[in-house]
Amino acid sequence: MNVQLNGKQVEIPEEVNSVEKLLAHYHLQSRIAVVEINKEIVMKEDYVHQKLSHGDAVEIIHFVGGG
Amino acid sequence: MLKIADRTFQSRLLLGTGKYPSFEIQKEAVAVSETEILTFAVRRMNIFEESQPNFLEQLDLSKYTFLPNTAGAKTAEEAARIAKLAKASGLCDMIKVEVIGDERTLLPDPVETLKASEMLLEAGFVVLPYTSDDVVLAKRLENLGVHAIMPGASPIGSGKGIINPLNLQFIIEQSEVPVIVDAGIGSPKDVTYAMELGADGILLNTAVSGAKDPVKMAKAVKYAIEAGRLGYLAGRIEEKDYAVASSPTTGMVGS
Repeated sequence: MNVQLNGKQVEIPEEVNSVEKLLAHYHLQSRIAVVEINKEIVMKEDYVHQKLSHGDAVEIIHFVGGG
Repeated sequence: MLKIADRTFQSRLLLGTGKYPSFEIQKEAVAVSETEILTFAVRRMNIFEESQPNFLEQLDLSKYTFLPNTAGAKTAEEAARIAKLAKASGLCDMIKVEVIGDERTLLPDPVETLKASEMLLEAGFVVLPYTSDDVVLAKRLENLGVHAIMPGASPIGSGKGIINPLNLQFIIEQSEVPVIVDAGIGSPKDVTYAMELGADGILLNTAVSGAKDPVKMAKAVKYAIEAGRLGYLAGRIEEKDYAVASSPTTGMVGS
């Protein structure tokens, strides 16, 4: 399926259909990150259940150096 | 001791984490500064390129309080979105509200800062707004219920130091919440000056990260905070226009 991931259109395999699977797909499981789908934050406990749909806008954000 | 909302900190230094020459130098600078509060920015993860090391992920998370900023936001709504993303990490509930209103000076937008602070207070955040040195705006923010006021000394990253000490003094005198001088600090001299004026804390980044030797500067800043704070508590002498002799004016050795 096609999703918009951090501003970029990407094609992901159909079986990557949850937030948990998406993070695993990009090897981000152990990273400190926050996920937002269509501007709604997904809490960690919902990663397993939160389904991804074709056309979703997904943001994966983290903390970087700043003042 | 610095008290923000219900938290207490031994150190009065809040240290930014941007633009260090290397992680190794940064780690050492953070350690010698003895800071307990580190600021971060919130950004998209660069997932399409090879994984870069991340400073926050290398820290002992139990040792520091994280103060994410809303840098990049130009409106209250954008700031609120960034703040909520930061909080969802589960690592923090304090937020430095930073809503920039002018690209060249990076001065904060007072109207949006006020609005964002109100929204985030309602959402239960511990709110520390980065604001200009406007005395009335500081009052308005305090009346909203913010947990600290963070007036800029001069434009972000400029290193110009305190350009309006009178306004800072007015803000410090009127505030019941901590006043943390944020932005524009260039050197230990500026840090001491702000603390002597009665500031409760200092937030700086470039002054340390951009110094030739960030680790030495981190140490210098730590001492500058202590010196300024002690000077403030000791109560400085009054300034006079003419000399007042320190040595006795009687009993001079005769000719």
